[in-house]
Amino acid sequence: MAGNGSSAKGTVTGEKRWGAGVIPYATMGYYEPDYEPADTDVLAAFRITPQKGVDPIEAGAAVAGESSTATWTVVWTDRLTAYEKYQAKCYKVEDVPGNPEQKIAYIAYNIDLFEEGSIPNMTSSIIGNVFGFKALKALRLEDLRIPIAYLKTFPGPPHGIVMEREYLNKYGRPLLGATVKPKLGLSARNYGRVVYEALRGGLDFTKDDENINSQPFMRWRDRYLFSIEGVKRAEEQTGEVKGHYMNVTAATMEEMYKRAEFAKEIGSVIIMIDLTIGYTAMTSMSNWARDNGCILHLHRAGYATWARQKNHGVNFRVTAKWARMSGVDHIHSGTVVGKLEGDPAIIKGYYDTLRDDFVPENRANGIYFDQHWASMPGVMPVASGGIHAGQSHQLLHYLGEDVVLQFGGGTIGHPMGIAAGAECNRVATEAMIKARNEGRDFMKEGPDILKKVAKSYPSLQTALDVWGEISFNYESTDTPDVVATPTSAG
Amino acid sequence: MGIRIRQGTFSHLPELTDDEIKLQIQYGLDNNWAISIEFTDDPHPRNAYWDMWGLPMFDTKDASACFTEVAACRKAYPDHYIKVNAYNRTYTKQTTALSFIVNRPAEEPGFRLDRAELNDRRISYTMHSYAAEKPHGERYESNGK
Repeated sequence: MAGNGSSAKGTVTGEKRWGAGVIPYATMGYYEPDYEPADTDVLAAFRITPQKGVDPIEAGAAVAGESSTATWTVVWTDRLTAYEKYQAKCYKVEDVPGNPEQKIAYIAYNIDLFEEGSIPNMTSSIIGNVFGFKALKALRLEDLRIPIAYLKTFPGPPHGIVMEREYLNKYGRPLLGATVKPKLGLSARNYGRVVYEALRGGLDFTKDDENINSQPFMRWRDRYLFSIEGVKRAEEQTGEVKGHYMNVTAATMEEMYKRAEFAKEIGSVIIMIDLTIGYTAMTSMSNWARDNGCILHLHRAGYATWARQKNHGVNFRVTAKWARMSGVDHIHSGTVVGKLEGDPAIIKGYYDTLRDDFVPENRANGIYFDQHWASMPGVMPVASGGIHAGQSHQLLHYLGEDVVLQFGGGTIGHPMGIAAGAECNRVATEAMIKARNEGRDFMKEGPDILKKVAKSYPSLQTALDVWGEISFNYESTDTPDVVATPTSAG
Repeated sequence: MGIRIRQGTFSHLPELTDDEIKLQIQYGLDNNWAISIEFTDDPHPRNAYWDMWGLPMFDTKDASACFTEVAACRKAYPDHYIKVNAYNRTYTKQTTALSFIVNRPAEEPGFRLDRAELNDRRISYTMHSYAAEKPHGERYESNGK
């Protein structure tokens, strides 16, 4: 990078600016401490870890430069443009409490830098080129403020939370699901059996796992046909709308469209895609889902490769924003209490980002900017991975009721059978909602509430006996810099 | 015999007592949700429009007063499905926030799943509601009269 160790503090002009050669980014207009971000600017908060001896301001300016107009040296062709507009501006560099190595650099981007309705363009711009910078040890995109003007170029979720509830006729409680297990190896007919048992027992959804696509042991078409038989039989038994997330993830758009069309044709209310298909494919499938009345479930397969480490990558709250904009109805977003990574405050920030119409800046939850969603429908977060009926009070406390709780092992691993496993999860969830609505202190009384209702439901008693004590108390790798209150998943 | 329709927020719990119903209504009122009552003889899951027992009670803030209407609806339609809804009109959240069944027929006739076998192993499914088999006049004219 230009100007290692430079302490340049402002833009230069004339020969100093335009002479051939290499000058610090901070002097080229990429650091403007007096800049007042416009309402139409995209704002980014980057966590930067400069190499030893690199001035943090120059590092922030370099990120602004390389994620907008700059290259490593001065180019006269800048002067053929209104370059001041197109240059991103680092307008603030902030200390990180308790971590002198890191800074938070705030960067403003003019809205013209981004193509309307294109997450791929936005990602190529903001994260496309900067993460390998030699002068930075690590770089993490913590948050984005999407201006309403740009947000309105995206259609958002094909249905959203309100429409999904009206479509499914399910109100006032979390939706319940389970991923079919074992996730690999079942034949289609056995697979459909798990779907049927779990749905008739009381779940709303069953789910293909992210890596179940169309393998030699079970091709997609066979799986869809047996799964829909399970769905329809369960609807007949219960009089309730049911669904199986048919994963249409495939190698090409043509193949995904083919599978989605078939899922729709045989009567599925919902299809599923993996994050691994990429933002363009997600947006195309979102359009398809809107046109064809299928709810769109997104499994965030792969996200932890860039989201988990606190010093490097892209925070999941940014991925969640892109998913809401490009348009999905469901997205996996953490459980707090289950087997996968998740600090409670950080996850609250993710859930707010997906569900609320206005999310205020709140450092304790990792939210760096006020975000207005301009009435864009909310996305239903999905909590999946190592959760069970015995945690119902914690799940309700941390995640609320606009959420899909996925009890895979907690349903299919039930000693009395899959339907009993499904029943106990439904009973526990409904009992906790009922207690909350009655004004009980459900977080405190949760275990007692469950014990009492379990007297009438042997399936729940058995689940509490088998899994009651199971918890996953590991330290989170990603925590807020600012802690409002002590947090614990216990 | 018969089945038990699993619709509504609490369909897997034992039937709520009258006092428990009042507590749920109170929760709705505490949230500024409007309470409404609907009834039907046909609980087909795609039957979106159950008949309304009057308008939503936008101005009733007393749980007992709301429950009086539940009792009146039960008296008029003892063998129908009756549900209590709480509606949330909050900006960007406008929909039902809570909905639970408070009355069922003594015998729930349930459904038959009809399968039309198409080519290529596809099946076209449709769900037939036994309750809807009764002639139209019998279903709608004599109700509660």
